[in-house]
Amino acid sequence: MTVTELKKIAATLRLDIVKMVGVGQKGHLGGSCSLSEIVSVLYFYKMKHDPKNPKWQERDRFILSKGHAALIQYAALAEAGYFPKAEIENVKKLGAMLQGHPDMTTTPGIEGNTGSLGQGLSMACGMAAGLRIDKKSSKVYCIVGDGEIAEGQIWEAAMTASYYKLDNLYVFLDMNRLMATGPVVERYDTNPLIDKWKAFGWHVFDIDGHNIQEIIDTLEKAEAIKDKPKIIIARTIKGKGISFAENVAAFHNGELTKEQFESACAELNKIN
Amino acid sequence: MKFQNPRQVYGETLLELGRENKNIVVLEADLGKSTMTVLFEQQFPERFFEMGIGEANMTSFAAGLSLTGKIAFTNSFAVFAAGRSFDQIRQAICIPGLNVKIVGSSAGLSDFGDGATHQSVEDVAIMCAIPNMTVLVPADGIETRKMVRKMVEYDGPVYLRINRHDLPDVTSEAEEFVIGKPGLIREGRDFVVFASGIMVSRALAAAEELAKENISVRVVNVSSLKPVDEESIKKLAEGVKGIVTAEEHSIIGGVASMISFVLRGSGIPLIPVGIDDRFGQSAHNYNELLEEYDLTSDAVVNAVKKLNGKK
Repeated sequence: MTVTELKKIAATLRLDIVKMVGVGQKGHLGGSCSLSEIVSVLYFYKMKHDPKNPKWQERDRFILSKGHAALIQYAALAEAGYFPKAEIENVKKLGAMLQGHPDMTTTPGIEGNTGSLGQGLSMACGMAAGLRIDKKSSKVYCIVGDGEIAEGQIWEAAMTASYYKLDNLYVFLDMNRLMATGPVVERYDTNPLIDKWKAFGWHVFDIDGHNIQEIIDTLEKAEAIKDKPKIIIARTIKGKGISFAENVAAFHNGELTKEQFESACAELNKIN
Repeated sequence: MKFQNPRQVYGETLLELGRENKNIVVLEADLGKSTMTVLFEQQFPERFFEMGIGEANMTSFAAGLSLTGKIAFTNSFAVFAAGRSFDQIRQAICIPGLNVKIVGSSAGLSDFGDGATHQSVEDVAIMCAIPNMTVLVPADGIETRKMVRKMVEYDGPVYLRINRHDLPDVTSEAEEFVIGKPGLIREGRDFVVFASGIMVSRALAAAEELAKENISVRVVNVSSLKPVDEESIKKLAEGVKGIVTAEEHSIIGGVASMISFVLRGSGIPLIPVGIDDRFGQSAHNYNELLEEYDLTSDAVVNAVKKLNGKK
C-alpha cells in the first residue's frame, strides 16, 4: 500500500471513529484520532495478520495499552475485514461485540483485554517472551499514552523488556500532550520522555506521529536494532483531523453536538 | 502421621509438570527459595522468569505469556499475589478467562515472624470475589500435589493458597481431587466441621477429642472455595445438630461466608472458627500465633460443645 493510500485509510478510520462517537454520547475521540496514522501503517502496511484467520499462529500481535482508544482499533479491524463494518454502529450497546474497552472474548482481532492503564505493556512483554520461547518471528506492537506512563507498572515493564532484551517488541508512545483533565506538562508532567526511556535501556526514536513515511521508515530502522526493546515517541495531536477537536482536552472522552458531528464528517470526507 | 511441606511439594510437582509439559512457564518475584520455584528454575531456566520485586508487572506479563499459549504460574507470598496484583488479575486475566495460575505462598499467618504486612487474612475473599476465578486451598501435601496437576489440566485462572509449614497428611492418596467437590475426611452423626487448610487436621483432632465424650463429629475438607458443589455441601450437613466452620483466614469471605451462604435457610446453627476481622502480627513461632487467633483444635471443640448446649 502506498503512502497516499495509507493517508486515505487514516481519514477513513477517523471518519469511522466519529461515527462511533456519534451525537450526544461520550466517546474517546481525541486519543483515538491521534493514532490514526500509526494504526493505519500497522494494520495496512506493516503487520503480518489475516482477518479471515484472526488466530493465525504466525501473526504479529498488537496490544493497545491505552485501551480507551479502542475506537481506532475497532475502525482498523472493521476496515481490514475482521467483522462487518455495520458492527461499528452498535459500539457500546448492551450485548455488543464492541465494548467500551478492547475485549478479546467478544471482538475478533483483539489480542488482550486492556483498559486499566499501565498493564498492556507488561502483557506485550509477556507475549514477546512467549513468542521467543517458541522461536516465532512474529513481532509485538504496543501503544502506550503519555498520560498512561504515570502508571508505575509501565516502568516495571520497561525494566523487564530491557532486562530480557525483547527486541521483537515495538512500542509507540502516543505523545499527544493531553491527559483527560488538561495538558500533561501542567497537570502531571511525565517528561522528559526520551531520557527516561533511554535510562531504562530502550532504543528511542522521536518522530512526527502523523507522518506516514516517517512511521514506515522508523519501523524499518527499528528492526535493525537487536538485543534491545524499541520505543517510538510519536509526537501527535489529540483530536487530529477534526479542526475543532484538535488539542482540546475536553474531547478526550467528550460528546459531539449534531453540528460538530456533521462538521467533522464533512472535513474528513473531503480527504476521501 | 506423615508430615509434608506443601511448598516443597508444590516446587517438586511444578518440576515434574515442567518435564511433562513444555508449555508450562514459571514467574517469580524474588521469593523463589521460599516458594520453591527454585527447583523449576534450576531445570528449566529458559521457561523461568525472574521478574524482580514487581508483582503487578509479573502478573500482566504472565497474561501475555498465556496469550501465546503458555500455562503461566506466578508466584509470591499470598498477601502480595492476591493483594498487590488484584487489578492485574481482574482485568487482563479473569475478564477474558486466561490460563494463568496465581500461587500465593506463605499464606494465612504462616509467615509468623514478618507480621501483619506479610500475613494474608483476606486473600481467599479477594480472589473468590472475582468472576471466572477458581480458588483452591489444599489441606496437606497429598492434596497440594493433586491440585497443582489439576490446575494444569484445567484451562482458566486459578488461585492456589499454600502454607509455609509442614502439615500432617489428612487426605487419602487414592481419592481423586475434583475442583468444586468437598472431601469427607471423617464420618460423624451429630455435628459437622467444614474446614480448610491447616484447620482440617485441627478439626480432626477436635473430632477425636469429642468422640471420647460420645459426640460424633463429621469433618469435611473444603479445599475448593470456588466453585463449590452446593449439593454436596447440603448433603454433608444433613441431619446434624450444628455446624462449625474452621479456617486460617478472616471469617469474612472464606469458608464461614461460603458455608453460611450455601446452607442459608437450613436453620442449622453455625459457629465460625477463624480470624475475627483483624490483622495478623509477629510472633516467635507459628503455634503461638495460631493460639492467639483461636485457630486450634480446642477452639473447634469449644464451638461444637457450645452448639451441643454443654458449655
